[in-house]
Amino acid sequence: MQTPASFEYERATSVEGAIEALQRLGSDARVIAGGHSLLPMMKLRLANPEHLIDINDLTELSYIREQGDEIRIGALVRHVELLKSELLAEYFPLFRDAEEVIADPVVRNRGTIGGSLCQADAAEDLSAVCSAVKATAVIRGARGERLVGMEDFHVGPYMTAVGDGEMLTEVRIPLRPGAGSAHEKVERRAGDWAIAAASAAVWIDGGTISDVGVALSAVGLTTIHLTRAEELLRGKTPSEQLFVQAGEIASEDCSPSADGRGPVDYKRHLAGVLTKRALRRATARALHQEV
Amino acid sequence: MHVSIVINGEEVSRDIEPRMLLVHFIRETPGLTGTHWGCDTSNCGACVVLMDGKPVKSCTTLAVMCEGHEIHTVESLEVDGQLDPIQQGFHELHGLQCGFCTPGMLMTTRALLDENPDPTDLEIRTAISGAICRCTGYKNIVSAVHWAAEHQAAAKQEV
Repeated sequence: MQTPASFEYERATSVEGAIEALQRLGSDARVIAGGHSLLPMMKLRLANPEHLIDINDLTELSYIREQGDEIRIGALVRHVELLKSELLAEYFPLFRDAEEVIADPVVRNRGTIGGSLCQADAAEDLSAVCSAVKATAVIRGARGERLVGMEDFHVGPYMTAVGDGEMLTEVRIPLRPGAGSAHEKVERRAGDWAIAAASAAVWIDGGTISDVGVALSAVGLTTIHLTRAEELLRGKTPSEQLFVQAGEIASEDCSPSADGRGPVDYKRHLAGVLTKRALRRATARALHQEV
Repeated sequence: MHVSIVINGEEVSRDIEPRMLLVHFIRETPGLTGTHWGCDTSNCGACVVLMDGKPVKSCTTLAVMCEGHEIHTVESLEVDGQLDPIQQGFHELHGLQCGFCTPGMLMTTRALLDENPDPTDLEIRTAISGAICRCTGYKNIVSAVHWAAEHQAAAKQEV
C-alpha cells in the first residue's frame, strides 16, 4: 500500500491566504492542486512536505483569456480545459496537440498547468510547450508579482524559480502575428512518460521566419531549449532542408539517458525526427497550409 | 481532521489523517467496496469515481480535498433494482471477465455517455485510455458502451 508520510493540510480561500500560509510555513510547505504529480511523488517518499496548501477552491486562478497582446492562463486551469479551449486552439494549437497525449482523460480532469510547470519533470509536455511559445510565468509572493521567462523558470530537475513563500499564479503568452505551432510526442502507451517530445512555434513575416521557439521533453535532465536550432532558423525562409538541419541539431543537443523506453541513440534520433515534424507542422499552420 | 463528504447523496463524516486517500475513505468509511483499489499509481483506472460528475482517480485524490464536493461510486448506478444501461450493456455483451477493472470502466464510460451520448469507437477508446483491462482486450467493453448508448437513446424516446 502506498501512502504519503504524515502532513498537515489546509485549504486556501484566497491567493493572498495561500501566500500567507506559504510564507508562514517556509520550505516545509507545498501547494497542491490536482495532485497528480505531487501525490505519486509523496507516496514514493520522493517528496515529503510537512504541510500541503490546497488551492483547488481558488477559482480566481481558473481562466484562459485574451488580454491586450497576451493570452493569460491561470495556474489552476486543468488539462481538460486547455484541451478544449477554442482560444488556445486558434492562437496556439500546440496546446491541443500536447493535451491530447498528456496522461489520460481522467487524469486530465484533475491535473493543472501550474502543477505541471512547478513539478518541473523533464518528461512533462507543457514545459516544452510553454518554452516554445516564449511564455512568461507570473510568480506571486508577499512583496507582489515578478515575471520569469520560461528559459529561467526551470532551474534544474524538479526545481523551479518559485521560491519559498511564493506561488505560480499565471502563465502569459505574447500574441504576435504570423504564428504557427505544433507539439509532437512518442510514448509507449497512454499515460506513460514520453520517450521524447518536441514543441515548436514559428512566427513568419513576409515569407521568412522572424522568430522561433523549439524545446524538447524527456531527453535530458530538464526541458531542453534548442537555442542553437533557433539561431539557425531565425531570419531564414522555411524549407524542408532547414527543418532537417534543425532536427540534426536537436539530436546533438539533447542528452537522453538509456532506460526501458529505449537506448540513447534511438532517443537522439527520435528527438531529431520529432523536431523536424513539429517545425514542419508549425510552419504549415503559420502559412495556413496544414493538410 | 474532521471531514464530511457527500457520497452517493449521503453525507459521510469521520476523523481522518489528511494523508488518507479517497479510495480508502470510500471503502472503509461507508464500506462501499465496489470502488476497487488497483495499481495505486493513477495508471490502471480501477478506482475511478465521479467527483461533481467528472471521473477522477480516487487513489490519487486526498479525501480531505473532497469536502464540499459530490462523489458518486459504482454503487450509485443501480437504482431500485434497475441496472444503469451501462451496467446492462457490460452484462449483455460480456464487457468483463474477472471484473476487477469493471467499477472504474463503468464510471468512466458513464461519464462519457453523460457528455457524449453517441460516441464513436475512437471516442470510447480514448475515454478509457486511462483504464486497464487485462481480460477482454477492450473489444467487448467498446461494444458494451455502444449497446448502452443505443438503449439509453431508445429509452429516452419512449419517455
